[in-house]
Amino acid sequence: MAEFGAQFLEWSIDIAYVAIMMSFALTVFRLLRGPTLADRVVSLDMMALLGIVFIGVFSLSTGVYAYLDVAIALALIGFLATVAFARYIYRGALAERRGSDVPDEGDDS
Amino acid sequence: MNSLILRTAVPALAGLMLLFSIYVLLRGHNEPGGGFIGGLIGASAFAIYTIAEGLASARRALIVPPITIAGVGLFLAAISGIVSLLFGDAFLTGQWWFPAFNPDLKYFSSVVLFDIGVYLVVVGAISGIAFALEERE
Repeated sequence: MAEFGAQFLEWSIDIAYVAIMMSFALTVFRLLRGPTLADRVVSLDMMALLGIVFIGVFSLSTGVYAYLDVAIALALIGFLATVAFARYIYRGALAERRGSDVPDEGDDS
Repeated sequence: MNSLILRTAVPALAGLMLLFSIYVLLRGHNEPGGGFIGGLIGASAFAIYTIAEGLASARRALIVPPITIAGVGLFLAAISGIVSLLFGDAFLTGQWWFPAFNPDLKYFSSVVLFDIGVYLVVVGAISGIAFALEERE
């Protein structure tokens, strides 16, 4: 029974690797194609997520649990870039609506 | 940025990031981690807090100016080097203190002090840069 368990884990890891690679390809496609800037930002966020998932599966397949801490750090930090991009887009839209180059925040709630 | 989701999530998340940064700092003693990477995680917590709550709130959360934190960290790191001079070793040689009541506690050393100094320098410097960038906009 234990042998079957190990075999099953190996299959699952292989399937997970294939799935990660496929979603990575789709994400890169969206990054290159993405009609708007927001699409590209979301695909970059997705890439960080796929990195986290890959580290998790890699940690399972090698048995080195130190990698999981890398995944935790990436999960905590990864969304920082997305938030910064979101603010950049928001300010750009704000400046465009006002027809000026100098956006200031505050009164536009 | 005036987003309800961000302003609700970030205070809890920033606290979690600070906790994890201290965990990484202390774990760096024997395993992967250390003062520099822990300081980077802690500084990102303040950067995300700045984006969500604004510059004034972030400055208030840090209590003292970021340059002060960096200066204290540098002072601690220099002190940890001078401790070894007192014992007649070369500058920055690690000094260890094994408490008499439990010699297995091998965590009191000038190396830990140096790492905490690096942590404070990185937190102060990177938050200072983030604040300066935010101020300019």
